Amino acid sequence: MASLISKIRFGRGLVLLVCGVYFAVPMAASVIFSIDDSKGGTTFRAYTDLLNAPGFMDSLTLSLELAGVTVAVLLLLLVPALLAARLGAPKLRPVIEVICSLPLVVPVVALTTGIVGVLRWGPDYLSDTPLFQTIVAIQDPSFPIVLVIAYVLMALPFAYRALDAGLRGVDVVTLVEAARNCGAGWARAVFTVVLPNLRSALLNAAVLTVALVLGEFTTASILGFAPFSVWISSNGKSDGQMSVAVSILSLLIVWVVLLLMSAVGRGRKSARS
Amino acid sequence: MSTVTAPASGASVVTGGATVEFRSLRRRFGATTALDGLDLTVRPGELLALLGPSGCGKTTALRILAGFETHDSGEVLVDGEDITRIPAHKRDAGMVFQSYSLFPHLTALDNVAFGMRMRGTSKTERRNRAQELLELVGLPQRAGHYPHQMSGGQQQRVALARALALKPRVLLLDEPLSALDAKVRLSLREEIRRLQQELGITTLFVTHDQEEALSMADRVAVLRAGRLEQCSTPSELYARPATAFVAEFVGTMSRIPGERSGDGVEVLGRRHEVDGELPADGALDVLVRPENVGLVPTANGRALVVSASFLGSVTRLTVRLADGTEIKSDLPTEAAAALPVGSTAEVTLPERPVLVDRRVATA
Repeated sequence: MASLISKIRFGRGLVLLVCGVYFAVPMAASVIFSIDDSKGGTTFRAYTDLLNAPGFMDSLTLSLELAGVTVAVLLLLLVPALLAARLGAPKLRPVIEVICSLPLVVPVVALTTGIVGVLRWGPDYLSDTPLFQTIVAIQDPSFPIVLVIAYVLMALPFAYRALDAGLRGVDVVTLVEAARNCGAGWARAVFTVVLPNLRSALLNAAVLTVALVLGEFTTASILGFAPFSVWISSNGKSDGQMSVAVSILSLLIVWVVLLLMSAVGRGRKSARS
Repeated sequence: MSTVTAPASGASVVTGGATVEFRSLRRRFGATTALDGLDLTVRPGELLALLGPSGCGKTTALRILAGFETHDSGEVLVDGEDITRIPAHKRDAGMVFQSYSLFPHLTALDNVAFGMRMRGTSKTERRNRAQELLELVGLPQRAGHYPHQMSGGQQQRVALARALALKPRVLLLDEPLSALDAKVRLSLREEIRRLQQELGITTLFVTHDQEEALSMADRVAVLRAGRLEQCSTPSELYARPATAFVAEFVGTMSRIPGERSGDGVEVLGRRHEVDGELPADGALDVLVRPENVGLVPTANGRALVVSASFLGSVTRLTVRLADGTEIKSDLPTEAAAALPVGSTAEVTLPERPVLVDRRVATA
């Protein structure tokens, strides 16, 4: 028995080691390359050039704003729908699951092509109508709402899985009934009892969505907007060292944002306990 | 209603108890009838157990009273007021659920204080009162603990304190002990009964465990297929069941084929008097409790001992007659030692059987 356990531990360690090497070696090589000075020694020129490049802050800010709004829209859509299904219509749960999983089977390029087709639709004589003006407004380059719509669709399966897993761990029906029995109306029961117990699931859904939005390139590029991913692509082509620096920097930014979100979630939890 | 102070802790809880009435209550779920015209009155300050097999409608009745379920027709009155149109959060009924229902993100103290927080009670007042209630249920030292840091029994005690925190007119207990182990279950049911008597709060207790119902309740209402079969004190229910269903559901009962003999019944060659009337027609069974059946060790007797179950001070013997009828008999363990499995005996029955019923065909 003891030898079996030690074999399992060894196997586990080996798998971790292989994975670690698989990820760490290219990363380390990239970092070394990005700070290697051809005249000898190290230099951070690629990074300083990158940070001072025009459009860096604008594109990063736009990406963060898009991520924030996408998370808000997604949670506002999904959380009430999933709660309503659990509390009032459990038979609808498989239907919701299928709907939320549909974006997984639609390639991003196909989705984007569809969006382009919709945005181009409309003869000139409709230009004064609210519909036409709405279509124009959602393409405002300073904050392209159309990207939020696309990102919500793309993130739907991941956010759904995260929230569904959280809901499976909580007896929502009993908690809501107990809260109502204690004098809380429907809304207060949800806000004071259910949502605090879904904190981890909400955070997971948000983290996945933010990761997806910060890294999404295809849709933004085809639609002609310049969030951070598109900016990285266009600014990393001029110089080999800078292109690697761009990759590392984008990874770091995504990690920092995700770590901050996790830290905020954990911080609130530990402060409570 | 009046307010008293519970002597153990000083926590004031509204008592005096409300009257609860179910009138012709009906509820269907698709093709299933959960309640089929339930009529039942719970007296002020009493603990009434709703007892019955799964699907008999007992939980549905409780949930309709709590406001978590709607009804198709009928009325639910609390102190004469029809409460069926009042939303659940305004019903003034504290409930303890079957599954652990404490809010996982709140401490025991905050769980108990939750209802007061919803009502806008000041922080100091609700903390003081929550602390008093935790003392009342014997958990003052657990105030700062989260549900996952407490045992099942402790969680249900906190849930009880939470249910009492809003000084409800009615206390509803939906199988609160079913998830607990036997020992905790026993101590908690005594605790619930003590508190209920101390506070004098009208309490409805749903259970499918007859022992729990008989040991805790002032009266027990036995439900079957959405209808009330009998509502009596535990002793009356046990000794004088109104129907064969009640007789067999509450306690253990043996069915023995009998023959009509005037207005009595002849069983095992002896005539017995019967309380009440015999079924109008058809073959008869008499129903007797194991403690009323005697066995006399007899060589070549009519009854063969086929099994023995040690129950402590008594041992339950099962004997089989020549026609295949099985009869259970509780004998003092010492006396039962004289009747090992495989031995034979003569059966003696009480003067009056518990009930006489139409014969049930056996396989």
